Amino acid sequence: MQASLLPKEQLLSMYRMMVTIRRFEETLRDLFFQGQVPGFVHVSIGEEAVPTGVCAALSDKDYITTTHRGHGHMLAKGGKPKQMMAELFGKQTGYCKGKGGSMHIVSYDLGILGANGIVGGGIPIATGAALASSFRGNDAVAVSFFGDGASNEGTFHESLNLAGLWKLPVIYVCQNNCYAEFTPTSESTSVKDIAVRAQGYNMPGVIVDGNDVLAVYEVIKTAVERAKRGEGPTLVEAKTYRWEGHVVGEEAFVGEYRPPEEIEVAKQRCPIVLFSQQVVATGFIDEAELNRIAGEVQREIDEAVAFAQSSPLPEPEEALNDLFAQ
Amino acid sequence: MATIGFIDAIRQALTEEMERDPTVFVMGEDVKLGPFGATRGLFEQFGPQRVRNTPVSEAALAGAGIGAAMAGMRPVVEIEFASFFYCCFDQVCNQAAKLRYMSGGQARLPLTFRCVYGAMGSAAAQHSEVVYSQFLAAPGLKIVIPSGPAEMKGLLKTAIRDDNPVLVFEHGRLGFTYGEVPEGEYVLPLGRGAAKREGSDVTIIAIGAMVPKALTVAEEMEKEGVSIEVWDPRTLVPLDEEGMLASVAKTGRVVIADEGHLRGGAAGDLAAIIIDKGFDYLNAPIKRVTALDVPIPFSPPLESYVLPDEAKIKAAVQEILA
Repeated sequence: MQASLLPKEQLLSMYRMMVTIRRFEETLRDLFFQGQVPGFVHVSIGEEAVPTGVCAALSDKDYITTTHRGHGHMLAKGGKPKQMMAELFGKQTGYCKGKGGSMHIVSYDLGILGANGIVGGGIPIATGAALASSFRGNDAVAVSFFGDGASNEGTFHESLNLAGLWKLPVIYVCQNNCYAEFTPTSESTSVKDIAVRAQGYNMPGVIVDGNDVLAVYEVIKTAVERAKRGEGPTLVEAKTYRWEGHVVGEEAFVGEYRPPEEIEVAKQRCPIVLFSQQVVATGFIDEAELNRIAGEVQREIDEAVAFAQSSPLPEPEEALNDLFAQ
Repeated sequence: MATIGFIDAIRQALTEEMERDPTVFVMGEDVKLGPFGATRGLFEQFGPQRVRNTPVSEAALAGAGIGAAMAGMRPVVEIEFASFFYCCFDQVCNQAAKLRYMSGGQARLPLTFRCVYGAMGSAAAQHSEVVYSQFLAAPGLKIVIPSGPAEMKGLLKTAIRDDNPVLVFEHGRLGFTYGEVPEGEYVLPLGRGAAKREGSDVTIIAIGAMVPKALTVAEEMEKEGVSIEVWDPRTLVPLDEEGMLASVAKTGRVVIADEGHLRGGAAGDLAAIIIDKGFDYLNAPIKRVTALDVPIPFSPPLESYVLPDEAKIKAAVQEILA
């Protein structure tokens, strides 16, 4: 898709989102190394075009499920950096009052039905949200984000079968970043292209360049339209690359498991740089405008960090709340 | 009050709740046909949208129930046999149980799972297990174990109306029992046990299908001059601790009858609570009458050797009275 086909505001909003995800996670990574963030965090630096392109094609009432590497999906679906950062700090002001942390940071008001620490755990849940939507005439679509690793989980296959059978308004977005934890996809997956698995479940399987935000947007837009027409699910494989390790700080224990050249080559195709070039080429947006946005984003992230740092920790007894709805 | 079967009670509860609330729907393997009777006729009454046959895909089924619940529906998911829960353990224990808590109370999961549990006679180890004790270790799930047709109807209706994941365990052998059940609106609260029989010498805490067995023992031993109270907790989560401890305070002697295994089982869990909170009431050690700690075997003499029964309950009562 040509950038010039979209309104300027939408292009700028996509740019803002990609930079927000990048800055949020870079900042988070640095804070983690400073010991300010408890637990462990997984970042998706280099993969920002996928959540941005997907969520640009969704509306507020649509649903998503996301993964342990889900900050980008959360932000792209409308998550506020302040409450997200506070959650990552384990603070009372976080989205989950400090009960979720990085792998479970969610806002149901935004249609996010769970980030998930279990690989493939969210795939049937998104399928169920699509089922609920089908009762109402497909008024909302559900998107399940997951990685290449999850496509080897039983939940992936069971869910695609169910959605293909019932023609549910769901879009399965496999964000193939070439590694499941520390193992390359080529060593874990029987097919080169995960999209071909769609054939077994009576739905289209589409491969898209996961570093091209406009391509992702276009593919998802088509899938959303198909879903809303009642024609059923789509499997989208967005091919991208995980610049960082599986988990921040892994250098301390894991050793080298992928060639540095591979990472360098991947970084040559930075989704933000690629998009900036496309956008500037339209002629109606210049670099100064992009820089202005990047500056605004940096301030927003700085504010989020300050908010998280200054927020109170939960009272210990808070641990006993929120188990059951009354 | 009409006398109806246990299965009729399930069907009545489902029918009434589906009539009452258009967001209630059932899905599971073979629910359209309802081979065991519980969902028979629902498809004809409510149609294919609300009575959904599913593939044999427990994980997708459980997860779809979770997602549908969070997106505004009130699903009743049938997992056929309790042992099949192992195929969707992640969805039940890691997802359904935790999503509300992990989200700081944001999620609402009005979701009911139904399954048949327990030994029905040579169904062997993968179709005879109780399984519910596994879920005691997963905070966030409610566990309901009806002991007869009235409890079945009243508790299932409440389970469906609950805004949390509720697991309802229906003993296969109770499927053949009949009892008096109030017609129409009849609901029993979760977390309230009941003395199915009053007594003063010994309390038998009996879970699910062990209740009728305990009642048989109580009647038999009454002739021998032993007064037995039979306490039915009805739900393990939430647990009516107060009611249970009041019964223990009254009798001072406790036998816990459960078809689950001894180690890691519900009987041990209840015994620990009684020891923690009611030690001073006890005049004798607590006896647990449970399945022996092997998988439930196939051949009839092996199966009956392993399972708890009236004779084993009676022997336990006699032991703590001696």
